[in-house]
Amino acid sequence: MKTFNEQTIFEISSSGRKGYSLPKTEVPQVNPDEVIPKAFLRKTKAKLPEVSEFDVVRHFTRLSQWNFSIDTAFYPLGSCTMKYNPRINEEVARFPGFALSHPYQDEKTMQGSLQLMHELQNYLCEISGMDFCTLQPAAGAHGEFTGLLMIRSYHESRGNPRTKVIIPDSAHGTNPASAAICGYQVVTVKTGKDGIVVPEELAPLLDNEVACLMLTNPSTIGLFEKNIQKIADLLHSKGALLYCDGANMNALMGVARPGDMGVDCMHYNLHKTFTTPHGGGGPGAGPVVVKKILEPFLPVPVIVKEGDTYRLETNCPQSIGRVRAFFGNFGMFVRAYTYIRELGPDGIRKTCEMAVLNANYLRALLKDHLTLAYEADSLHEAIFTDKFLKDYSTGKVTKDGRPIPLKTLDIAKRLIDYGFHPPTVYFPLIVSGSLMIEPTETENKQTLDAFAETVKKILAEAKTTPTLLTEAPHTTPVRRLDEVKAVREPKLRA
Amino acid sequence: MTIPQDLKYSKEHEWVRVEGQIATIGVTDFAQEQLGDIVMVELPSEGTILTKDESFGVVESVKSVSDVFAPVSGKIVEANDPLTDSPGIMNEDCYGEGWIVKVEMSDPKELDSLMDAKAYQACLAEGH
Repeated sequence: MKTFNEQTIFEISSSGRKGYSLPKTEVPQVNPDEVIPKAFLRKTKAKLPEVSEFDVVRHFTRLSQWNFSIDTAFYPLGSCTMKYNPRINEEVARFPGFALSHPYQDEKTMQGSLQLMHELQNYLCEISGMDFCTLQPAAGAHGEFTGLLMIRSYHESRGNPRTKVIIPDSAHGTNPASAAICGYQVVTVKTGKDGIVVPEELAPLLDNEVACLMLTNPSTIGLFEKNIQKIADLLHSKGALLYCDGANMNALMGVARPGDMGVDCMHYNLHKTFTTPHGGGGPGAGPVVVKKILEPFLPVPVIVKEGDTYRLETNCPQSIGRVRAFFGNFGMFVRAYTYIRELGPDGIRKTCEMAVLNANYLRALLKDHLTLAYEADSLHEAIFTDKFLKDYSTGKVTKDGRPIPLKTLDIAKRLIDYGFHPPTVYFPLIVSGSLMIEPTETENKQTLDAFAETVKKILAEAKTTPTLLTEAPHTTPVRRLDEVKAVREPKLRA
Repeated sequence: MTIPQDLKYSKEHEWVRVEGQIATIGVTDFAQEQLGDIVMVELPSEGTILTKDESFGVVESVKSVSDVFAPVSGKIVEANDPLTDSPGIMNEDCYGEGWIVKVEMSDPKELDSLMDAKAYQACLAEGH
């Protein structure tokens, strides 16, 4: 029977039930009070669930079946690049030579792992058109932090660390957060009418206190920053650097290289572009690639190749130091390496082209039904505003008699009923009621057609039975959540 | 959407009510509607000096976190503390009980750079 009334593992606990049976111990039992200082002893018993092995299997199998993931259905979460994680990545990551290696092993016994990292660094440099790479950062934002620390060290080495970082209003929130954590004051540059950064807005903000501009290309709204070369020249003429957020490299790789556009420093998200698992399936990896001028500041250890052997160099006096224990999330490197080797240069380019084609196909299917946020050509995602919703109504009014409009959120929630993960909504903030759809190259035409048909069907429902939207989702274990109450009155303890 | 005639407006969707040297500042009906249900407001304390166009507070809704920018420069003489416990007031009565701060203006001429109701209406129609 399919029921969504799953109790917590603690609720199915029954006193004395066990998931193990052990032989009698041959070691005499000791009372913890006698051997462990009192300060370290629990005052109350830990509330561990008492369950059988089968209780555990059933409970978690049921929960896993409710989970929505890229392995179950279409997941067009804009800006997140939710692409399929090929199973061969997992197989290679489990090769005993990789899976059972230990970072404290002697260098001589981990040559294979070092070679894989060294070659992955080279691939990432080649794909981006940059000179050097560090694999250490454990996520995209960590990569930003690492890149900014290097930029700060670079300016410091020239006598002035500078105080400001410029960030476009279209940027992802991690950019200003990283800059602030690195001690920089964030200055926002407004994007032009077409949604991209224009030199006219940028130039007046530039002075000798600007350390760098953080530019995402293609941008968070799916547009190619076509002024990038001019922007790079402007920055360089003031001694400032160009940082590129490589979050959307899926729409550039194999076709164009940030390094050729004047970028000095960039991070990748291996879990986006190079199919290592996202989120809960992570951990992430945010390698940083840099131009020659930033090489002295790379985190240590640096992998050095001498003849046919690899070694770890830690004697780098200008290095920003270590940013992550050992070498970073090594398992992710194996997966990304496998993916790159599997695709090869032609496959990488083809992947990029298919990702862009898919996004533009969806955009073409939906543009007469939703409102396009920008007329300019999209790269990896299609972005719509909620302007089309002015022709719709919930049929309800507020206490003081004002009509309650139909919202982006209502459409997003209704998509869940049809088995789709909603696109990213209400982000970025410069697009009103944004719907950001990123199909990636993963999806086939049938899936994209089905999604577009569903959106049209939902819009038809909105005209005839708006409650189908405003009360959605109807088919989930829990219905529409009260997000306002959750934030205003958070209940953080059971 | 309401846009009272007697107020001044900024491009960042703040309103200003002028009474002598004192300017009362809040966010517009358009802004509160765009934000959706407001769940947290970060207020500056009394005595804080505001600089025109610089951020002085934060408004968080279930959708986003947004800075509030000073439409005029001056010193805060009063902050609307009840907003901290009941941020929803900003949704319910943005031009009344939902005001954010009262400022003693240091340069009333700055008011000239703000829009009147008609200009603000036009600015919204343009899609900003």
